[in-house]
Amino acid sequence: MTETGIINISLAILFLPLLGFIVTLLLGKKIKSIYLFEVFILTVTLFAAIFVAFIKLSYYVDDRIIAEIQWFKLSETISIKLGFLIDNMTVIMLFVVALISALVHYFSIAYMKDDPRYNRYFAYLGIFTFSMNGIVLTNNILMMYIFWELVGLSSYLLIGFWFEKKSASDAGKKAFIVNRVGDIGMFAGILILFLTYNTFSFESIFHSIAAGKLPFNSDFWLTMTGILLFMGAIGKSAQFPLHVWLPDAMEGPTPVSALIHAATMVAAGVYLTIRIFGLLTADAMMFIAIIGMLSAFIPATIALTQNDIKKVLAYSTVSQLGYMVMALGIGAYKFTFFHLVAHAFFKACLFLGSGSVIYAMHHEQDIRNMGGLRKKLPLTYATFLIATLAISGIPLTSGFHSKDGILASSFAFGSLTGNWIFAIVGFLVALMTAFYMFRLVIITFHGQPRDQHKYEHAKESPFVMVMPLIVLAGLSIFIFYTPNPLNADEGWFISKWLPAPVLSAPNNTRFDFMQETAGAVTHNPSHGTITYSESYTEAMHGAHNPAMILALVLALSGMLLAYIFYQWKKINVDKLTQAIKPLYTFSLNKWYFDELYDKTFVAGTIGFSKLIGWFDAKIVDGIINGAGNLTRLLSVFTGAFDRIVIDGIVNFAAYLSGFIGLIFRRIQTGKVQTYLILVIFSIIILLFLFND
Amino acid sequence: MFNNAQEFFNTLPLIIMGGGIVISLLIEIYSDKNKVILPWFTALLFLAVGLHSLFYTNDVSIVMQNMLATGGNVNIFYAIFTLGAAVVTLISIDYIKKYDMYFGEYYLILQTSVLGMMLMAAAKDLFVIFLGLELMSISFYILAGMNRKRAKANEASLKYFLLGSFATGFIVYGIALIYGSAHTTSIDFITTNFAGLTSNLLFVAGVLLFLIGFSFKIAAFPFHMWVPDVYEGSSTTVAALFSTGGKSAAFSAIIASLFALFNGPSGNVFTPYFAVISVLSMFYGSIVAIAQVNIKRMLAYSSISHAGYLIIGLAAGNHDAIAGVMFYLGAYTFMNLGAFGIVSLVEGKNETNLDINSYAGLASKKPFLAALLSILMFSLAGVPPFAGFFGKYYIFIAAIESKLTWLAILGVISSAISAYFYIRIVVLMYFKPATNDFQIETSNSAMLGIITSVIIVILLGIFPGSFLDLITRFI
Repeated sequence: MTETGIINISLAILFLPLLGFIVTLLLGKKIKSIYLFEVFILTVTLFAAIFVAFIKLSYYVDDRIIAEIQWFKLSETISIKLGFLIDNMTVIMLFVVALISALVHYFSIAYMKDDPRYNRYFAYLGIFTFSMNGIVLTNNILMMYIFWELVGLSSYLLIGFWFEKKSASDAGKKAFIVNRVGDIGMFAGILILFLTYNTFSFESIFHSIAAGKLPFNSDFWLTMTGILLFMGAIGKSAQFPLHVWLPDAMEGPTPVSALIHAATMVAAGVYLTIRIFGLLTADAMMFIAIIGMLSAFIPATIALTQNDIKKVLAYSTVSQLGYMVMALGIGAYKFTFFHLVAHAFFKACLFLGSGSVIYAMHHEQDIRNMGGLRKKLPLTYATFLIATLAISGIPLTSGFHSKDGILASSFAFGSLTGNWIFAIVGFLVALMTAFYMFRLVIITFHGQPRDQHKYEHAKESPFVMVMPLIVLAGLSIFIFYTPNPLNADEGWFISKWLPAPVLSAPNNTRFDFMQETAGAVTHNPSHGTITYSESYTEAMHGAHNPAMILALVLALSGMLLAYIFYQWKKINVDKLTQAIKPLYTFSLNKWYFDELYDKTFVAGTIGFSKLIGWFDAKIVDGIINGAGNLTRLLSVFTGAFDRIVIDGIVNFAAYLSGFIGLIFRRIQTGKVQTYLILVIFSIIILLFLFND
Repeated sequence: MFNNAQEFFNTLPLIIMGGGIVISLLIEIYSDKNKVILPWFTALLFLAVGLHSLFYTNDVSIVMQNMLATGGNVNIFYAIFTLGAAVVTLISIDYIKKYDMYFGEYYLILQTSVLGMMLMAAAKDLFVIFLGLELMSISFYILAGMNRKRAKANEASLKYFLLGSFATGFIVYGIALIYGSAHTTSIDFITTNFAGLTSNLLFVAGVLLFLIGFSFKIAAFPFHMWVPDVYEGSSTTVAALFSTGGKSAAFSAIIASLFALFNGPSGNVFTPYFAVISVLSMFYGSIVAIAQVNIKRMLAYSSISHAGYLIIGLAAGNHDAIAGVMFYLGAYTFMNLGAFGIVSLVEGKNETNLDINSYAGLASKKPFLAALLSILMFSLAGVPPFAGFFGKYYIFIAAIESKLTWLAILGVISSAISAYFYIRIVVLMYFKPATNDFQIETSNSAMLGIITSVIIVILLGIFPGSFLDLITRFI
C-alpha cells in the first residue's frame, strides 16, 4: 500500500456516502428497501476507514500526506486548489465518523421503522457523512468552508426532519440562523487569509506566517483572524453565546442527535480550531479559552435541573465541547483531540442509549416518568452506565484519561502563567458533570417506576439497536488508547499517533511557555518552527498527579452527592430547591438565554427590519423606482428608436395591433433598405472616428 | 494534397464531416426510413466529429499548401461547433415534426453549415475563410426559410439573405483590396508583413471592410439589425444555431485571421474599433432586451450584448483574452442552446407561447423544466457557479491585464443591467401564477439535448480550469 493508495481509499471514503445519498434520494420513492443500499455503502465506508486508519497508523505514522489538484485559475499567480491532508488525526477522525455513522445507520433501521419518509432519512444521513468526511479530509480552508456549510445544511434537514411539528421546523431554522452568525465571522477570517496569502491551504498559510508575513502586517490582525475563524467554531460547536441552538436541535430524531449533535458535527468546530492552532496568538488563545470556559460552566449548571433526558445530554454536550475548546485555548492540543475522540464515542453511546430508552417508553422523554428501567433494559443500562462513568472521569475509562489530561493542563497553565481560573472552573465542571450524569442514570434506571403503564410495556430494544451501544461502550474503555490505566501520556494515542502542534505565530505573540526560547527542542523545521517548550512538559509532569487525584475525588463526590440526593434520598431535593429557588429557576430556565435573545436580538432584528422596511419602501424604492423609470424611459426610448426608425413605423403599428401586424409585416419591403442606409451611415461615422 | 498520412489524419474532422454529408444525401434519397435514421445519424456524426476533435487537439499542423490549420484551437472550435450542432439536432427532431416541416434537407443543410463553420475556423488563407463563410451563410439562408408555409420565415430568410450578402460583399471587396495590395491571400504572409503594408491606403481600406463584414456576422452594433427579425422569424431551433454556431464561427474566423496581429510589434491596432463596438453592443443589447416581451427577440438582443462581451476579449487581444473568448464561446453556445431548446418546447404548436408571460407559473406546471431554465438564465446573467460567470470573468480579467480596465467596468455594469431581464424570467416562473392554461409537450430527444447543455454549463462552471487549460495550451 503506497501513499497514493491511501489517497485513493480516502477519495472513496469521501464519495461513497454521496453516492449513497444520490441513489437513495432518487430511488427512495420507487424502491421501498433502497435504504439497505445506503446502509451497505456506509458499511463499506466503515471498512475502508478502518483499513486506511490501520495502514496509516502502522506504516505511515510519521507522514503527512498531502494531495492537491488545481480547481481553476484566477490569474497567473493565484489558483484555487482542492486537496486532502491526511495525517493521523485525519484517519482517526475518518474512523470515528464512519463508525458512528454506520452504527447510527444500523440503529435507525429499527428506531425509524414506521416513519413515512424512511428512505429520505437515510439519504440525509448519507449526505451528512459525505460532508463531514469532507471537513475531515480537506487541506484548505475554502473546502473546509464548503463542507462546513454542507454539514450545516444536512443538520438543518435532519433537525427539521419531522417538519410537521412546528417545534421541529423552528428548531431547524434556529440552528441554521444561529450558525450563520458564526459563519459570517469565519468567512471574514477566510477572506483576510486569502487576501494576505493568496491561498487557502493551511500548509502554505502557516509557512508564510512562519516566514513573517502577517495580515495587514500586524499582530493584531493575526489575532483577529484567529478569532474570526474561531467564530465558525463558536457557531458549529455550540459555544457560548451561540449555544442556544443545540438543545433545541434535540427535536430531530434521536439517532441524528447522537451522530450530528453529539459526536461529529459539533466536534467539527473543535476540529477546525485544532487545524488552525498554528496561527493562533496568545491573545486569540485567551479568547478561545474564556469562551470555552463559559461554555463548559454555564450549560453544566443548566444540566443540573433539566428533566428531559435528551436536554440533559444536550447541555452536557455543550459543556464537554466547552471543555475541549478551553483546553485548546490553554494549549492542551493533544488532550483536546483525545477528548474529542473519547467524547464522540461515549456521548454517541449515551444518546443512542437514550434513544433506546425513548423507544422502549414509546417516545417518552421526561425522566420524571421513568425509573426502574434497569430491570427492563439491562443492556441499555449497562452500556449507559459505562458511558456515564467515562464522561464523569472514573478510572479505567477513556474519559478518565482525556479529562485528566485537560485538567492537568489547566493546572500546568495556572502554574506557568498564574492564571488559575481555568483550573478552578475545570474542576468545578468535573464535579457537576459527575453529579448530573448520575442524577440522570439514577432517576431513569434506578428506583421504582413512576409510570407503571409505560413501564409494563417497556422491553429491551432489538439487536440492531443494542449492538451499536455495546460497540460504543466498548470503545469507552481505556485499553484502546493506552495500556496504562492510570497514565495516558505514554500510551500510543498521545505519544505515538498525535504529533506535537506546529506553531507558526510570531514568537512575541505567543504565551511565554510556548516560545521558542523556553527550553525548546526544534521539531519538524520544514513547516513552521517548533513545538512545546520543556518548561511546559515540566509543568505538565508536576501537575499530573495532583490533578488526577483531585479530579477523581471531585468525580466521586459528584457521584456520591447524586446517590445521596436521588438514590438514598437522604436530603429532600424538593426542600433544597425551595431553599435556593432563585438559583434553581434560573438554571431550569437555562439562564433565560432564549428569552434574552428574543427580547434583544430577535425583537431588535424585527424592529430594525421594520425600520429598514420603511426605509426600503419609502426611500430606496423611491430611488430605485426613479432609476427604474429612468432606465425604462431610456430603454423605451431605445426600443422605440429600434422599432420606429429601424423597423419602420409600420412595424411599430404591428406591435401595437398584435395579429394585424402579421399582415403588415408582409409589406415591409422598404425595411431592408432602411437597414442598409443605416449601415452606410454607421460605416461613415466609424471611418470618421478611425481615420488616422 | 497531403504530404503524409499524419496530415491526412489531422484533417479527419473535415473529411468525416464531408463524407457524412455525402452519406446523409444517400440516406435521404434511398432509405425509406430516412425520417428515423437521418436525425440520429446527424446527431451521431456531429458527436463523432466533436469527440474526435477534442481527443486529437495535439495534432497541430498546417496542411493543403498552407490552406488549412489542424489541431489545437482549431479542433476546440470544431468541438464547439459540432457538439453545439448535435444539441441543435436533438432539439430539432420533434420540433420540425411538430411544425410539419420535416424535410431531409433540414439535416443535410445543418451539416453543410457546420462544415462551413469548420472551414472558417481552420482557415490559413482568406479564400478558405470566404469559402467557409459562404457555405455556412447560404445554408443559413435556406434554414431560416425552412418552414416555407410561414410568411414570417420567408421574410426572415429573405432579409437574412439580403443583409448577409451585403456583408459578404464587404468581405469579398475587402479581400480583393487586400489581395490587390499584398499580392497574396495567405494570412501568414499578410500578418507578418502587416506593418509594411499599412502604408498602402487600399490595404487599410480592405482590412476595414473585412472587419465590418465580420461585425455583421457576429451581430455587433451597429450591424445588428437583422438579428431580432431573423431570430424571431426563423424556427427556434434554427435561430439557436445562428446565435451560437454562426457567431462562434465568425469569431473563429476573426481569431484565425487577426490573432497574430493582436500581439504584433505595433500592438493591437484594432483595439479602438473593437472597444467602441463592444461598448455599443453590450449596452444596446442589454437595454433594449429589457423592453422585449417576445422571448426570442429578448434572446436576440441578449445575443447582441453577449457579442459585446466577446469583443472586449478581441479588444484586449492578449493570450488570456483569446482563451477567455474561446471559453466564453463554449459556455455561451451551450447556455444559449439550452435556453432556445426550452423555448422551442414551451412555444407550443403554433408559436402561441412566445410571450414572456407564458413563462409565468412554469415552476408549478413543469418544475424540472423551470429548474433547467433557471440554471441557464443564471448562467447567461453571469452568476457563479455556472459557465457564464467564468466566461465573463476570464475576459474581464484579460481586459484589465491589457490596461482596458474601463472596458471591463463597463462590461460589469452592462451585465448587471442584463441580469434584470434574465432573472425576470426566473421570477415569472417561480413567483407569478400561470396566466393562461396551456399544455407543454416535452419530447425525450429535446430533453436529452437540453439536459446535456445544462450539464455542460454546470461542469464548465464548477471545473472551469480543465477546459481553460486545454485552450491555453495552444495559445
